[in-house]
Amino acid sequence: MANMSLTKNEMPAQEPQVRNQNFLEVALGYSKEQAIDEANRCLNCKHKPCISGCPVRIDIPAFIQETARGNFDTAYEIISRSSSLPAVCGRVCPQESQCEQKCVRGIKGEPVAIGRLERFVADYQNTYGNTKLTKPASNGHKIAVIGSGPSGLACAGDLAKKGYSVTIFEALHLAGGVLVYGIPEFRLPKAIVQKEINALKELGVEIATNVIIGKTLSIEELQNEYGFEAVFVGSGAGLPNFMNIPGENLKGVYSANEFLTRVNLMKAYTPDSTTPIQKGKKVMVVGGGNVAMDAARCAKRLGAEVTIVYRRTENELPARHEEVEHAKEEGIQFKLLTSPIEIKGDSNGWVTGLCCQEMTLSQPDDSGRRKPVPLENSAFEMEADCVIMSIGTSPNPLIKDTTKGLSIRNWGGIIVDEATGLTSLTGVYAGGDAVTGAATVILAMGAGKTAAEAIDSYLKGEGAS
Amino acid sequence: MYRIVKKESLNPTVTLMEVEAPLIAKKAEPGQFIILRVDSNGERIPLTIADFNRATGTVTIIYQIVGATTQALDHLKEGENIQDFAGPLGRPTETEDFKKVAVVGGGVGCAIAYPVAKKLYEQGCEVHSITGFRNKELVILEEEFKKVSNKLVLMTDDGSYGTKGLVTDALKTLIESGEKYDAVITIGPLIMMKFVCALTKEYQIKTLASMNPIMIDGTGMCGGCRLSVGGKTKFACVDGPDFDGHEIDFDEALTRSSIYKPFERRAHEEVCHLYEMEVK
Ligand SMILES: Cc1cc2nc3c(=O)[nH]c(=O)nc-3n(C[C@H](O)[C@H](O)[C@H](O)COP(=O)(O)OP(=O)(O)OC[C@H]3O[C@@H](n4cnc5c(N)ncnc54)[C@H](O)[C@@H]3O)c2cc1C
Ligand SMILES: Cc1cc2nc3c(=O)[nH]c(=O)nc-3n(C[C@H](O)[C@H](O)[C@H](O)COP(=O)(O)OP(=O)(O)OC[C@H]3O[C@@H](n4cnc5c(N)ncnc54)[C@H](O)[C@@H]3O)c2cc1C
Ligand code: SF4
Ligand code: SF4
Ligand code: FES
Ligand SMILES: [Mg+2]
Repeated sequence: MANMSLTKNEMPAQEPQVRNQNFLEVALGYSKEQAIDEANRCLNCKHKPCISGCPVRIDIPAFIQETARGNFDTAYEIISRSSSLPAVCGRVCPQESQCEQKCVRGIKGEPVAIGRLERFVADYQNTYGNTKLTKPASNGHKIAVIGSGPSGLACAGDLAKKGYSVTIFEALHLAGGVLVYGIPEFRLPKAIVQKEINALKELGVEIATNVIIGKTLSIEELQNEYGFEAVFVGSGAGLPNFMNIPGENLKGVYSANEFLTRVNLMKAYTPDSTTPIQKGKKVMVVGGGNVAMDAARCAKRLGAEVTIVYRRTENELPARHEEVEHAKEEGIQFKLLTSPIEIKGDSNGWVTGLCCQEMTLSQPDDSGRRKPVPLENSAFEMEADCVIMSIGTSPNPLIKDTTKGLSIRNWGGIIVDEATGLTSLTGVYAGGDAVTGAATVILAMGAGKTAAEAIDSYLKGEGAS
Repeated sequence: MYRIVKKESLNPTVTLMEVEAPLIAKKAEPGQFIILRVDSNGERIPLTIADFNRATGTVTIIYQIVGATTQALDHLKEGENIQDFAGPLGRPTETEDFKKVAVVGGGVGCAIAYPVAKKLYEQGCEVHSITGFRNKELVILEEEFKKVSNKLVLMTDDGSYGTKGLVTDALKTLIESGEKYDAVITIGPLIMMKFVCALTKEYQIKTLASMNPIMIDGTGMCGGCRLSVGGKTKFACVDGPDFDGHEIDFDEALTRSSIYKPFERRAHEEVCHLYEMEVK
């Protein structure tokens, strides 16, 4: 008999006033008992609406049924057929707008906690699993993957399993993309990412860090001199946008990318790190996405009083609901319907304040979107010694600028055939944020898998032209 | 890991290292730089590619020991490894159309200026090099510069070697004596470049300054290296490091370079302390 509770099993978590002072993981994960209890809330619906909400079509009812029976290994196997990063996606997927949004239990009460169950199954496997990965027999084909974010990792993994010799080229000194330089430890422990990367290495994937494609090597060289028969570009959308308002180059103004890179990749929050970071006292984070929440929560953990400044209302905040709630619990203030117009500084060039104006939302336009418009004479100043700009990123132009014939949209995204990820160049595929602009881990991973499939067909001659 | 194949002290605070990095050596052009991490807790710091050898696959860096990371780097010996070494980054210095150029280097900036002077000279350009140092003890690359310059003026602040005075004095003298330069290329401390650019602006001589803001990734990902050039924000690691010296907001660059001063001082002391203990 199904568990008819209207609410999800709560996720144990560190207390807000404790966790906002450390970088340890916030959500602690279900116990076996909680997982089984939650899994029993699933009705195993015949028409499986939840699956349609998952970008990679995990067989959700099937893995949950196995979880309910305590067959965690089988559950893991089912998830693995569709996802290569369940421990990551179970933590960071915007479930509330994907799988869980479609769950029938959500019509009356809360949906089944699909994400939390996925996380449980993956963590269980990571802790107790003993499926030894073996390097498959080589099929003699060489593939290059550019970038080691979720799209690149997924593409490399799927190809390696098919016997391809895959080399990942990563510009930074550490593999993982946004998973290691952007998303903080307290939301996604780096050990989990490292585990995924080690698994790829066991499959025979080579990871060449410190190689910047477009500088150290070009795509053309990879193909013509190094003999890579296909190339997957998963270089992400790492170029930070600024607002172009006065004062943005003052000391104490960061892009979220810089702030998060210093904190996460370079571990500036640990005493051993030699990378400096400014520990602000009053920090303003401009923007309302996941990146803004992460920056705000990192700043809080470094000891600051933190305010998020966002130009629309709470309903439009693009960040995951759970992250907004967590941020609020941790004591982060929200200044909504507010937009910066200038950053003020002192004679030494340090930030002293953020000048803003109040906004209101216009009537919905044809597309139904309500635009923020400034209220007249509403300017005011808030004190700040650090401002973190988190207003979006675009694809880095490095690869575009150094790859002849690669077609690009005017905002920088690589143009691909959606079904295969094929770009305008023969043998060159792309996916993830480099194609879509800043999106999600699961979409990037899905794009990597799609391209792996297409590369396999291409090299087997089925798709060759 | 990147092996140090040669290490040589050029003066008490400046060291040259030749590092095995074949992919970088193959691509490097004068004006470009690398980013390194000494060890796995290390910060990422940029250093210019002072020279490269495509045949042996090595890249030369010349660094001044100024703080924690350069000190830690200097602690490594020949045969040991640098943890990370990535590049070549930035755009090569524009050297194509010049027939006659004054290269103005200050201190360790001469290490950055040298490959540029060399390339210009090899292209058949007339090169006048002006190198400036605080005193005789700190002079570097004198012989190297002689080989790639039609004229070399060596200045020291205290007159202990070469001519007494600042590089701007020497440049002004040359210009006043009727030398006509297509361009001036200047590399050194910000304050020196600021004054060189102010001088060449008076004479309306095109000037390139090689900027050295604080960097991390060096790939355009963080924006930490941004500068104002002609009123626009530029990322030095991808748009530079060379910029039109008459357009750069040097005062902004000067204040931005001091962001982490207190942290850096502490880190430096800690490293010194650590090495002292090792000696005991
Ligand atoms: C702070 C932050 C929080 C986020 N939170 C969430 C979340 O909660 N949930 C969610 O689903 N999504 C989240 N996202 C978005 C998600 O992380 C991205 O959509 C996803 O990582 C994109 O994956 P990718 O593989 O396309 O690229 P990335 O993860 O960006 O990886 C690209 C990699 O390519 C490397 N690279 C770039 N150029 C080159 C080159 N020329 N040569 C070699 N290597 C190169 C980069 O160094 C990087 O390692 C967040 C993003 C950020 C920044
Ligand atoms: C493109 C470029 C090329 C450079 N080439 C050379 C070179 O060939 N030889 C050389 O001796 N130096 C060079 N520098 C400067 C060199 O990077 C710094 O001296 C070095 O980072 C200092 O590190 P530290 O920890 O020893 O000293 P710290 O005490 O940490 O810093 C001393 C000063 O160096 C600067 N600095 C600190 N961290 C960085 C950083 N991450 N990036 C850039 N500057 C920083 C700051 O102005 C700081 O005040 C270059 C800088 C740039 C941007
Ligand atoms: S991958 Fe994401 S969307 Fe798919 S089932 Fe898991 S949490 Fe839901
Ligand atoms: S929609 Fe909800 S209840 Fe139905 S199968 Fe999917 S997870 Fe289970
Ligand atoms: S160093 Fe990060 S953008 Fe230049
Ligand atoms: Mg330092």
